[in-house]
Amino acid sequence: MLTINYFASLREELGSGGETLTLPEQVTDVARLIDHLVQTKGESWSALKDSSRVLIAVDQVIVDRGHRLHGTEEVAFFPPMTGG
Amino acid sequence: MISVQTQDFDIGEQHRILLAEAKNAGGVATFTGLVREFYEPDVGRTAPRVESLYLEHYPGMTEKALADIVSQARTRWDVLACRVIHRVGELRAGDQIVYVGVASTHRGDAFAAAEFIMDYLKTSAPFWKKQNTGQGAQWIESRASDEDARKRWDK
Repeated sequence: MLTINYFASLREELGSGGETLTLPEQVTDVARLIDHLVQTKGESWSALKDSSRVLIAVDQVIVDRGHRLHGTEEVAFFPPMTGG
Repeated sequence: MISVQTQDFDIGEQHRILLAEAKNAGGVATFTGLVREFYEPDVGRTAPRVESLYLEHYPGMTEKALADIVSQARTRWDVLACRVIHRVGELRAGDQIVYVGVASTHRGDAFAAAEFIMDYLKTSAPFWKKQNTGQGAQWIESRASDEDARKRWDK
């Protein structure tokens, strides 16, 4: 199972803190995961495509949208950080 | 030592612990971040006063990201001891929010390592601020100047 988490303004915008899902065979990277989410969850999820607004971490490390997925990872989507 | 916590911290106590951990320290540089009463870009007479600030984070990744930042600082400078504290949850104007303390043999390393840790923390550790003013709650936008501050260290 793949675990997905959404944080901060993105969590509120999507109205979801996350989900777990079984990755379909053709979904082999983050970009395809986003396409899959848009198809299954709705057009609001296309916000995840905007790399200036949404950062991605796989297993708690920042990655780009070409990062390969195997289906057992923890994937997180969130806005640019504003701590400190 | 890295701590992500809801409770406040005592910088005097942190200073004593740093000195106890560091052997032959020549100096300690510390930074304490506070919750401001007004947030940019709204600073000015008409800006709404911040009544409270909510800090969200990504448990697990936050600690990993901070540990990675501290370990990078240790490879670049002479760091004898280092403590990083970041608060999460509900805070109010004037509250302490973040602490970085670095003990080193020489001041140059202590200042540089503390500044490096803060610059990276702001752009690379998964924390998000939401401010609550009399006019409602808004998520604070990231600032290009914070990203520029981090990039200085790439050279």
